[in-house]
Amino acid sequence: MTTTTASATTSAGRRGAGPLRTRSRRAHSVERPRRSMVLTVATGIVLIYSLVPLVWLVINSSKTQASLFGSFGLWFSGDFALWDNIVQTLTYDGGIFVRWLANTLLYVVAGAGGATALAIIGGYGLAKFTFPGKRAVFAIVIGAVAVPGTALAVPTFLMFSQMGLTNTPWAVIIPSLISPFGLYLMWTFAAEAIPTELLEAARMDGASEVRTFAQISLPLLAPGIVTVLLFTMVATWNNYFLPLIMLRDPDWYPLTLGLNAWNAQAATAGGEAIFNLVITGSLLTILPLIAAFLLLQRFWQSGLAAGGVKE
Amino acid sequence: MAPIVPAQGLMAPARRSNPRSWQGWGFVGPFMAVFALVFLAPIVYSLYISVFRQQLVGGTSFVGLENYQRALSDPLFWSALVRVSLFLLVQVPIMLGLALLVALAIDSGRLYGKSFFRISIFLPYAVPAVVAALMWGFMYGTRFGLVGNLNDALGTTLPDPLSPGLILASIGNIVTWEFVGYNMLIFYSALRVIPTSLYEAAEIDGAGQFRIIRAIKIPAIRGALVIAAIFSIIGSFQLFNEPSILQSLAPNAITTSFTPNLYAYSLSFSGQQYNYSATVAIIMGLITMVIAYVVQLRGMRKEA
Amino acid sequence: MNVNHRRALARGTALAGALALALTACGSSGDNAAAPAPGDAESVLEAGGEITVWAWEPTLEAVVEDFEAEYPNVDVELANVGTGNDQYTALQNAIAAGDGVPDVAQVEYYALPQFAIGESLADIGPLGAAELDGTFTPGPWSAVQQADGIYGLPMDSGPMALFYNEEVFTNLGLEVPTTWDEYLEAARAIHAADPNAYIANDTGDAGFVTSMIWQAGGQPYAVDGTDVTIDFTDEGTAKFAETWQTLLDEDLLAPIGSWSDEWYQGLGNGTIATLTIGAWMPANLESGVEAGAGKWRVAPMPQWEAGANATAENGGSALAVTEASPNKELAYAFVEYANAGDGVQTRVDGGAFPATVAELESEQFVNKEFEYFGGQKVNEVLAESATNVVEGWQYLPFQVYANSVFNDTVGQAYVGETTLQEGLADWQQLTTDYGNDQGFTVEN
Repeated sequence: MTTTTASATTSAGRRGAGPLRTRSRRAHSVERPRRSMVLTVATGIVLIYSLVPLVWLVINSSKTQASLFGSFGLWFSGDFALWDNIVQTLTYDGGIFVRWLANTLLYVVAGAGGATALAIIGGYGLAKFTFPGKRAVFAIVIGAVAVPGTALAVPTFLMFSQMGLTNTPWAVIIPSLISPFGLYLMWTFAAEAIPTELLEAARMDGASEVRTFAQISLPLLAPGIVTVLLFTMVATWNNYFLPLIMLRDPDWYPLTLGLNAWNAQAATAGGEAIFNLVITGSLLTILPLIAAFLLLQRFWQSGLAAGGVKE
Repeated sequence: MAPIVPAQGLMAPARRSNPRSWQGWGFVGPFMAVFALVFLAPIVYSLYISVFRQQLVGGTSFVGLENYQRALSDPLFWSALVRVSLFLLVQVPIMLGLALLVALAIDSGRLYGKSFFRISIFLPYAVPAVVAALMWGFMYGTRFGLVGNLNDALGTTLPDPLSPGLILASIGNIVTWEFVGYNMLIFYSALRVIPTSLYEAAEIDGAGQFRIIRAIKIPAIRGALVIAAIFSIIGSFQLFNEPSILQSLAPNAITTSFTPNLYAYSLSFSGQQYNYSATVAIIMGLITMVIAYVVQLRGMRKEA
Repeated sequence: MNVNHRRALARGTALAGALALALTACGSSGDNAAAPAPGDAESVLEAGGEITVWAWEPTLEAVVEDFEAEYPNVDVELANVGTGNDQYTALQNAIAAGDGVPDVAQVEYYALPQFAIGESLADIGPLGAAELDGTFTPGPWSAVQQADGIYGLPMDSGPMALFYNEEVFTNLGLEVPTTWDEYLEAARAIHAADPNAYIANDTGDAGFVTSMIWQAGGQPYAVDGTDVTIDFTDEGTAKFAETWQTLLDEDLLAPIGSWSDEWYQGLGNGTIATLTIGAWMPANLESGVEAGAGKWRVAPMPQWEAGANATAENGGSALAVTEASPNKELAYAFVEYANAGDGVQTRVDGGAFPATVAELESEQFVNKEFEYFGGQKVNEVLAESATNVVEGWQYLPFQVYANSVFNDTVGQAYVGETTLQEGLADWQQLTTDYGNDQGFTVEN
């Protein structure tokens, strides 16, 4: 790893406006141009593309298994069965869906929470300390990200089975604890958001590193933390490949695996076709994430903007 | 290795404040410890098992680099690699181009309902790949799906999106749908921090919007573009979830060696050839790293 | 909730990691240090203990209840970890990990050789199975015997028959085909009368193709220890490939996957007119295709030569005792109860098609009238089929792998990318390479 002079120069040249000042440009007249209907319509095409499948999902969640395949996909048909479907989804097979939901929450809280915590302190350490092996750390982390998941799947499975971890929640949680992207985000964010002078002052006052971190740095990192938390949440919530390999007991499935199992159920000799539940279950699966994104918009967008992916 | 490094404030300030010490490890240590357990140890183990061969008859034997030789001359592996490369060359530019256009449109401030656009186009990112593939799988159906509905309504005979000729494009569509908003947001965030003074100067010089985009905006977010490209390349080479879930709908179109990742998976999980599977995965990892690195270098050089 | 549901839930798991059978062997070799002490079954059952059974067969739930009631000291934990392939991967997985291996596992006949040669299953001959000669119909009984051992007791069987929607044939004034030539003619007539209707659905299924070749007298696989022959150029294979290629070329087969929602609808509304399938199908039709009640009938499988009565097995599975089981005697006692003892009747009552001679020949079984099939004595046809299975068929000792690459090769013929003959040749090549790679000596 090298910090190329090229990028260093660029970033130095960009320094004219600090991260905090840039936002003020929103108030400037340059930023209040005429609205354009043409551009709105053109972008609207992408908007429709993004939303149509979600609309399809909502509409079809309201259909029974019978009308699902007998009616036009983008309009309501037959009885409005959304509530029935939801009740059925939640109670089918002894309420296994609720169990999967609880599992997913567990994996998200422990996995995404842990991943965020590790990324925060790791990113902070990388941004604000010089230590032997630092260059190697980055090289190794980025290099490892490029190795396909399947390369790790079998060996990880073997290792974990030796440790007696397979088919337990740990098998899903432990690998979720690592988010290279989260580490990267926190690294850039900490480098930007925490003035080194502040740390120096604290050290002069004799504060320990841990205390400096907890009392001075952590509050400054808040927007970045929310951002990383959201992205790791999405990653764990959407996790499929890892649990697919590690778990065999449906009682430990996360939602993604459970939904796929339901979908596969109909394709099994003697299985009961429950496509309506797959669709309703899919809707219920994405709702919490969408809600989290909408509610926390303000935080994660500023986190991305102020310290996130930019050069 | 790949300096996708955040350039600013990395080495320089740290050097000023803190002499080289082991203190930093106190912070980086926990991450690296878990990282070593879930990333490095399996990689090392993969390397180890890739030089052996285990047979149903005859047990395990050391074969040196034989598995690597075999992979390099394995037509199934190469055709899978060509397939994801094709996917990469077509899908990634479309997706990133679309994301960039939308980001520029939103950033221009000329849209009605800007924030609605921003959040709505981002929403598909919150949809798990499993759900996205299931959903699109339903819609692709030529009998009961949306494609079938369109055929009924318009009296057309649209080609089956799940047929061998179209399946790759259909998967590309799903991936594009999932990640356009995500990339858009990354670009948009980068655009937002471009200092306003640059635009002002350009406007005073009489530069038009397109000129500003070309001369100021695009160069300014080059870093974000490079990172998005690298993540997309890694994502394309690792393509697995979408084809794996659509496989039950199109078993003849999506073979067990459709993508390198799917191939590695089938090798170990239905063929029990996990030594060879590890080899394939390692080679794919190397190829991915090299390409990501080249893109990185090129991206950074242009920036100079 | 019943087993039907549980089974599918576990399906995903099965994709879960599996490892080399060879590794399997290593993993299990240490676990069976204590050879089972000889003792009579009753005392083993009295002593009791705990065993785990992995199976997806729904009727086993009732069997387990009865068994536990009869032998209160025995605790049987029945788990459904997936159907077919899914379970095998989970099983290989557990054996490789040396942890969580069940005592008893349901294994389909086609997969049995693979597990037997991997030494994952115990030879239950010495435990009492050797004395059961003559209890089971010949096909399934020979399927569980590998080399010199007996690696499972047949649980059910799937002698094939032609299930057909009588309404379709009556409406078109068609005779029910008795030969494959007539079948082809009927296929043309059905599709000509209604372009949405087909005589059958087929998107390429390894189990079906091998069964069809089996009935046609083909013997593509010959196994003698580790010497294997794979040859898809024999006459039986050619007969099947030719007829089926014609059906494909003329678009006479519905491109609908079995067990899909479209499939169930097609079986109910007459757009899929027939099923050539194993004897375990009636219960599935009754539960899955309500709209077809009263319309379906069963006829003998169409023949390659008029007047012949050759059939083949399609599906069916055994219960096997694993090598890693710490309590093989108790495990075997359960297997015997379920597949050769009181459990058989319980399962027949639940809709299963048994593999035991006594049940297949019993008046009560053969004369049972099926309301769904318009009062037809369905078992008469099916039991007859069981006695006419062509002898000499063998599966590969790596059939699970072979079937997994079926769609990569032969499957291409179903989407017009190649022909069946060429697809079969590709399949032969791929499985030959795999076999050689795994240390077998494979010839063509």
